Amino acid sequence: MGHDDLTWLIGGPQGGGINAAAEGFAKAATRAGYRVIANIEYHSNIMGEHSYYRVRVGQDGRRNVSERVHVLVALDDETLVGERHAAFPGFKGHVQEVVPGGAVVFDGNDDPGEHGDDVLLCPVPYLELLEQALKGSSREGQAARLKVMTNVVAVGASLALMDFDLPRYQDSLRAEFGGRRADLGELNAKAAALGYEYVRERFADGFAFRLPRVAPPKGRAPLFIRGPQAAAIGKLKAGLGFQSYYPISPATDENVYLEAHQRDQGLVVVQTEDEISAINMAVGAAHAGVRSSTSTSGPGLSLMVEGLGFAAMTEAAGPVLVLWSRGGPSTGLPTRQEQADLRFALQPGHGEFPHLLVAPGDVHEIVRDAYEAFNWADRYQMPVLVLVDKALGTTYVTTDDLGLDRLPPIDRGARFHESANGNAKEDYLRYDFSEGNVTPRSVPGQAGGIYWSTTDEHDPRGHITEDAENRIRMQEKRMGKLDLALREIPADRFLTLHGPKNADITIVGWGSTKGPILDALEILAREDKVKANFLQVRIMRPFPADAVAAILRAAKKTVLVECNYTGQLGLLIREQTGIALDQSIVKYDGRPFSEEELLDGLRHVIAEGPGRLMVSHRLG
Amino acid sequence: MATVLTPRDYKSDVHINWCPGCGDFGIVNAIQMALAELKLPPHRVAVFSGIGCSGKTPHYIHAYGYHTLHGRVLPVATGAKLSNKDLTVLAVGGDGDGYGIGSGYFVNSGRRNVDITYIVFNNSVYGLTKGQGSPTLKKGLRTKSMPEAAIQDGINPLALAVSSGYTFVARGFALDPRGLAGLIAAGVRHRGSSFIDVLQTCPTYNDLYTAEWYNHTQAGGPRLYRLAETGYDGKVKDPADADEVVAKKVQAIAKSYEWGEKIPVGVYYEVDLPTYEDALADRNPRYGQEALVDTDFADRDVDPLLDALR
Ligand code: SF4
Repeated sequence: MGHDDLTWLIGGPQGGGINAAAEGFAKAATRAGYRVIANIEYHSNIMGEHSYYRVRVGQDGRRNVSERVHVLVALDDETLVGERHAAFPGFKGHVQEVVPGGAVVFDGNDDPGEHGDDVLLCPVPYLELLEQALKGSSREGQAARLKVMTNVVAVGASLALMDFDLPRYQDSLRAEFGGRRADLGELNAKAAALGYEYVRERFADGFAFRLPRVAPPKGRAPLFIRGPQAAAIGKLKAGLGFQSYYPISPATDENVYLEAHQRDQGLVVVQTEDEISAINMAVGAAHAGVRSSTSTSGPGLSLMVEGLGFAAMTEAAGPVLVLWSRGGPSTGLPTRQEQADLRFALQPGHGEFPHLLVAPGDVHEIVRDAYEAFNWADRYQMPVLVLVDKALGTTYVTTDDLGLDRLPPIDRGARFHESANGNAKEDYLRYDFSEGNVTPRSVPGQAGGIYWSTTDEHDPRGHITEDAENRIRMQEKRMGKLDLALREIPADRFLTLHGPKNADITIVGWGSTKGPILDALEILAREDKVKANFLQVRIMRPFPADAVAAILRAAKKTVLVECNYTGQLGLLIREQTGIALDQSIVKYDGRPFSEEELLDGLRHVIAEGPGRLMVSHRLG
Repeated sequence: MATVLTPRDYKSDVHINWCPGCGDFGIVNAIQMALAELKLPPHRVAVFSGIGCSGKTPHYIHAYGYHTLHGRVLPVATGAKLSNKDLTVLAVGGDGDGYGIGSGYFVNSGRRNVDITYIVFNNSVYGLTKGQGSPTLKKGLRTKSMPEAAIQDGINPLALAVSSGYTFVARGFALDPRGLAGLIAAGVRHRGSSFIDVLQTCPTYNDLYTAEWYNHTQAGGPRLYRLAETGYDGKVKDPADADEVVAKKVQAIAKSYEWGEKIPVGVYYEVDLPTYEDALADRNPRYGQEALVDTDFADRDVDPLLDALR
């Protein structure tokens, strides 16, 4: 018998190898047959600031992380007790998050600080054990230089407590170091074993939170994946040919991942001088007939909006823009979670122009939406925004399948085909409004397809005109494409009502809160006997007003859940349907909802009646 | 289509609404003459522009035409060219467009050496907003359209182009369409980023740099002279010879400061270097074999990417 839902947290200084340590364990756990969710929180800093990884391991596949830590692995003092020297200390260390019966693995030289009586303290001489591991190898005496390997000692030590299969972890270490560095893989495996033995002999006996042994997956191991890879894979499946970008957190991960696959996937990735250049290159590529894209976050979108208006005005078939939203405003919280760019993404620029906006809620939806965004861009000849909030960018999950086999076919929309007589001068009208809203498009290089385009208002041939009648028809042609999309795109792509059709409470949300809300529905049903369902809105523009209104009108009580200050989806719903949601739970501390924060919030508003509640447990 | 192409084949049927006597007419004529000389079928050519009087240019040319945003013409043209390396891509814009709001793109496009030709209509004023001083107007000068003399100094676009990495740097004159056509044709033939700064008269707002000013110095005789006629040679013979490259750049930059009684036109600097497209083809041979727009990605295999995540 084991404990089927463990939270393991590792904390330490940024740049100290914490990501590799945590991902090594989490990936080993996935390969061992557990379901894992792992989230990193870090500062906008390269070296030194506190960062930590929360890894939740079990068999059920939880969709959110928990604050209740069973095993804490501290690589430094700050992880234990928080910042000792801060002018305005907020974060007080992770030791306080350790549950009764839980354990803390830390360097024997550190002071674990205040902790509950029932917490098992496991001081481990990290450096000494590392020196021992290096003994007799070609790297003997280099412990100080290889100090990052103490992470592996610490992880190994924690595995003994949980009774995790050590060889699994050692395999994943060996896999990290191939080729000429294979000896390092072996040394790491040894360091892990020494940490493991040290704790097994002294502390592990009788520790309550042991993982049950599970059968490893048959056949291929599941995927261990987070948002940036999902977005990139969706785009590649769609036939992405051109991606331009300017480095910015948290969009960089997707961009660099694509850049690393330029050779094997045959796409062009251009790092530009700024976001304005990035969007405009992507628009140029879209006009040239290539599926093109860029990815950025809020500050980048602030610069890109001009390019979106350009794309929409000239009816380019794209680009697709993935907006990795982070804490704003201005530079804000560059590496932290927030859902505060929804309203900006709904109106990204001056004037009235059409674009599509979709907000996926997990890695599967990211793949699907990033893929289908290109179909919509081609079909409706407009830019498409895919809004993904930062929590999905840094949260790894275990999944068996991304649904690549179930993607709809590629649809390049209406194309102009060369007429038999070829190059008849100027008989093709790129912006013809006589045959519906979407005109078949040619691409430069096509004989007979010559056209002009301009960011000025233009006539069907694409030349500038300020004629009133033309203006009316052109604006109706462009804006009418949104109505077309609303009619053509299947209803179930716009929104999902999760849970029972009839419920006492209807939670409304979007994006990364999907997983946390789905977990909360189950817990409320089980522990509180509360029957709740969840309206997840996914396509925000064109907005499925009728469908949303029908669900909300039938709801007994509605609660909005969002990671922002103003409740932006609530405002959108009110604007589009006239319906004001009864209650709201908002969060703007830069962290995603933990399981406990969301449950606290829901229980509170359910009990208290109408109102707006801000929740934050002030996590590190 | 075996017919002989003439400049007429590159004319669109749109009414040109520049002011009478504007130097822009000469530049459009020169572009059409150059395209005819190069025998490029119109549908293989794409002309991109920024915003301003010069921004209207694509509308007057019978070829794929993209009138984009103020200052952003080079990124748009770059995205299109990299997507279809077989297209002939021209970018045009004004001096405010290219050296002011677009200066970041002007500099960084030089770093890339994408095979496009960038023609700047340099008239030292913002025409379409009624004659404010532009980034090439020197400090202390005042056109009739300005309430005060320029308080900021002018930049030297040729020197900036050379130091930014353009591999073909030239200056032409709008009122000499034939000479300019030759420069444009040479710029298009050049593999890599070609930059041509065109001295352009704006009779409506710029009463300093007029046709009269360009054609008659105080001493009499034209102000402009052709570099080629003086034995000046801006072409790097051996691109691998770092000393020669630096010497030719220094020579070009020094020449670019010649402004006053005598102003040189012609090719200031030229070097054959691998293009951005060449570098992409090195990374991915398929890129060199077919235009990206013609590449079918339906056979794309992402399984190795998935396996790396297991
Ligand atoms: S304002 Fe000057 S540049 Fe513009 S069209 Fe008139 S003359 Fe030409």
